[in-house]
Amino acid sequence: MQLTVWTYEGPPHVGAMRIATAMRGVHYVLHAPQGDTYADLLFTMIERRDRRPPVTYTTFQARDLGGDTAGLLQTAMREAYARFAPEAMLVGASCTAELIQDDPAGLAQALDLPIPVVPLELPSYQRKENWGASETLYRIVRALAHPPRESPPNRRTKRARSVCNLLGPTALGFRHRDDLAEVTRLIVELGIDIGIVAPWDATPADLSRLPEADFNVVLYPEIALTTAQWLQRQFNQPYTRTVPIGAVATRQFVDEVAQLAGIDPARALAGAEQRSSWYARSVDSTYLTDKRVFVFGDATHAIAAARIAANELGFKVVGLGSYSREFARDVREAAASYGVEALITEDYLEVEARVSELQPELVLGTQMERHIAKRLGIPCAVISAPSHVQDFPARYSPQMGFEGANVIFDTWVHPLMMGLEEHLLGMFREDAEFNDTAPSHLGSQPTPIADSPTHGPIALPPAFAGSTWTAEAEQELHKIPFFVRGKARRNTERFAQERNVGLITLETLYDAKAHFGR
Amino acid sequence: MNTRLQSCSAGDNVLRERGQREVFCGLTGIVWLHRKIQDAFFLVVGSRTCAHLIQSAAGVMIFAEPRFATAIMEERDLAGLVDANDELDRIVAQLLARRPDIKLLFLVGSCPSEVIKLDLSRAALRLSRQFSPAVRVLNYSGSGIETTFTQGEDACLASLVPVLPEAGPKAPSSLLIVGALADVVEDQFRRLFAALGISLVSFLPPRRSTELPTVGPSTHYLLAQPFLHETAHALEQRGCKRIVAPFPLGSEGTTVWLRAAAIQFSVDGAHFNAVTTPLRERADRAIGRYRPQLTGKRIFLFPDSQIEIPLARFLARELGVDLVEIGTPYLHREHLAAELALLPPEARLSEGQDVERQLDRCRQAAPDLVVCGLGLANPLEAEGFATKWSIELIFTPIQGYEQAGDLAELFARPLVRRARLVA
Repeated sequence: MQLTVWTYEGPPHVGAMRIATAMRGVHYVLHAPQGDTYADLLFTMIERRDRRPPVTYTTFQARDLGGDTAGLLQTAMREAYARFAPEAMLVGASCTAELIQDDPAGLAQALDLPIPVVPLELPSYQRKENWGASETLYRIVRALAHPPRESPPNRRTKRARSVCNLLGPTALGFRHRDDLAEVTRLIVELGIDIGIVAPWDATPADLSRLPEADFNVVLYPEIALTTAQWLQRQFNQPYTRTVPIGAVATRQFVDEVAQLAGIDPARALAGAEQRSSWYARSVDSTYLTDKRVFVFGDATHAIAAARIAANELGFKVVGLGSYSREFARDVREAAASYGVEALITEDYLEVEARVSELQPELVLGTQMERHIAKRLGIPCAVISAPSHVQDFPARYSPQMGFEGANVIFDTWVHPLMMGLEEHLLGMFREDAEFNDTAPSHLGSQPTPIADSPTHGPIALPPAFAGSTWTAEAEQELHKIPFFVRGKARRNTERFAQERNVGLITLETLYDAKAHFGR
Repeated sequence: MNTRLQSCSAGDNVLRERGQREVFCGLTGIVWLHRKIQDAFFLVVGSRTCAHLIQSAAGVMIFAEPRFATAIMEERDLAGLVDANDELDRIVAQLLARRPDIKLLFLVGSCPSEVIKLDLSRAALRLSRQFSPAVRVLNYSGSGIETTFTQGEDACLASLVPVLPEAGPKAPSSLLIVGALADVVEDQFRRLFAALGISLVSFLPPRRSTELPTVGPSTHYLLAQPFLHETAHALEQRGCKRIVAPFPLGSEGTTVWLRAAAIQFSVDGAHFNAVTTPLRERADRAIGRYRPQLTGKRIFLFPDSQIEIPLARFLARELGVDLVEIGTPYLHREHLAAELALLPPEARLSEGQDVERQLDRCRQAAPDLVVCGLGLANPLEAEGFATKWSIELIFTPIQGYEQAGDLAELFARPLVRRARLVA
């Protein structure tokens, strides 16, 4: 068992629902106990969809367990087919149904419905949501994709323009709606046509035509990489490796796509409304230099965020991690380039401990890191799923492309104390209004950061338990602005420990400051 | 999935349906119970689905210190039971080390833990021995296969009843109000009972586990919520006696509910009237404001929390609403007898659900307002129906005199909003 305060991903069948709900003409029959229909709310409330997800749940109860749960599942399939007349059906089990082993695949086969039925094997006790989405997309594409009428060289020469598919956008994806719009615009400006977008709004008939395109654009590797790799093996379709999050990555992506299409990328890059680079170079961003930032999320967003933080905003990446085990190697590689050790975990408590230890000035993470940041009084912005209703906004807010870079600049800088206020706080410590509270432009109170080993929510790691501070040094520590105080405290204690200094005095504090710099 | 009509003793027709149910499981109760009992922690023993359910509901709030978590079962836990118990002990120790402020820990069963027959009641006993007196460990099931939405609260309170202190044989008569109420409502009722001269009043659940009410044969209990069958049964086992009453929704419901207690405690009728009449008149005035918007409107209620029948009674009798169908996940005839007697005789009741067929009936009836869960609300709005999401009725102070107007307003609001919005 694992103690889970917050889970970074749902179970794999929620991933399957995200594929089914993103598509049209697909119905998903899910063997599940009463109550698992809560998942409908993810789509109707969090994403605010105006239709019920195309999911029929068997919703068995305890009294059904002694009886014919398999019959219940067959009835559900039959009735779902009769009522919704889908072009294709997905069938599978949730975690509880997995335990009662009713064999959805065999039962579906026995019904002999006149449409493709794709059985899903999603091991609930080993795998999670993104894997479930990836596996479902792969299975349904495998079942439906037809070999193209023309082989690749002929395909190219017969068409005036290259055609690419966009793979990966799902229901309940972090900013998928607007990323799709942004990337579509970029590609069309390059003079390339969009073939099929999947799973977003695709029908089973659309999936059958996937192999007709010249190449695939993988927007979200967590969802679509497996499918793209299969399409490459089966139909010789190359696929893109760069995810266009950040201004630098977007330019790279445009180059890559242009190369695959055999065209000049200049067109797309010329007209870009790319403000974020100038915003980051303008002098009021100078104070952002070396702000210590901790990054956590799915692999794609975490790697992209670290890169933007370091290269486009001039932050210092002090921690990088991901809950996407499938992409752990990529995250480790990225972390090594910033000289930090990657944190690969789905354990919220481990992430919390790492943030607490690092004392960053900004946390870029998921909805879950907002809980951690609130507890520790650290500014935070959301860069990745899991997210909640606030991150499915009405306004246009992509993360990808040049507009995405603009959105990211605003979002990440917003929670930080603004320059002037930060300066004045460092100068004058006794103001009744402007003191150790949140930045005045946010108008809310954080949970105060722990300032002494004897009180406050942060327990010091055992290594530091032996540190004692003189009252004078403790008071001086309070004169350091709150957003760097945690780090100053840690550095001083480390400094004292390494030199076997038993009692931390004013001198120790300033010796440490001189030793470590900011 | 069979549908049949059944006549019952009350003379009303109840449609009993089985099929796909669009309801929450009992784990959802944790979302409000963790706020009510301030020093309790809820540890669900289940799968990632269970963890995902709770955080999808509660995770929109940002918690510096959440008071619930899930022990997620993994492959190796499914292999053998002994191992699972060791794992549970390890996790509880880890949790209590992190949160020394917890005084009451609920081990909450789920579908997966029930299906593999993991005995959480024994685990709770074992852990209680290990951690007493600092922490008391209890167990109940919030699984979907056994409980629907508010039945999770029922199961939770029922698990508390055996550990309530015993009132001795010579204890004076006391009144116990059962069911989680908003703090403000609880305070109003406390004042009201004091004004009526009923001095020994306590509430279940208490706000802190250190304030458990005392019960015994001298205890008379009054249900504040209609979904507390197990809890009532457990109280009967302790010798408590139920005061038969409808539920305190609306001006009338509150009055009849209070009067039932007043009669039991021999409060003088004139005194009762003197205390309640001004409050009742004020509630009537508050409700009256919304009558123009609701009278004659046709309302369809989907099953959700078992509060549907008392609600329908309030809407019909105090606001002049026409009831199209009243769905309830479960119908407890004994506890709802007083409510059923007050319902308009022609009201159509349905118990259980086949959601697709119920939606067909709803579309066909074309009601003015549909009371339903959040899985159906936006899709029905998009089809042109006005909806009132039902979960709010569990998360809002609606009981008692002072909330009667607020309760009416909850139903008027979606209709007002539809009229208000231009585009």
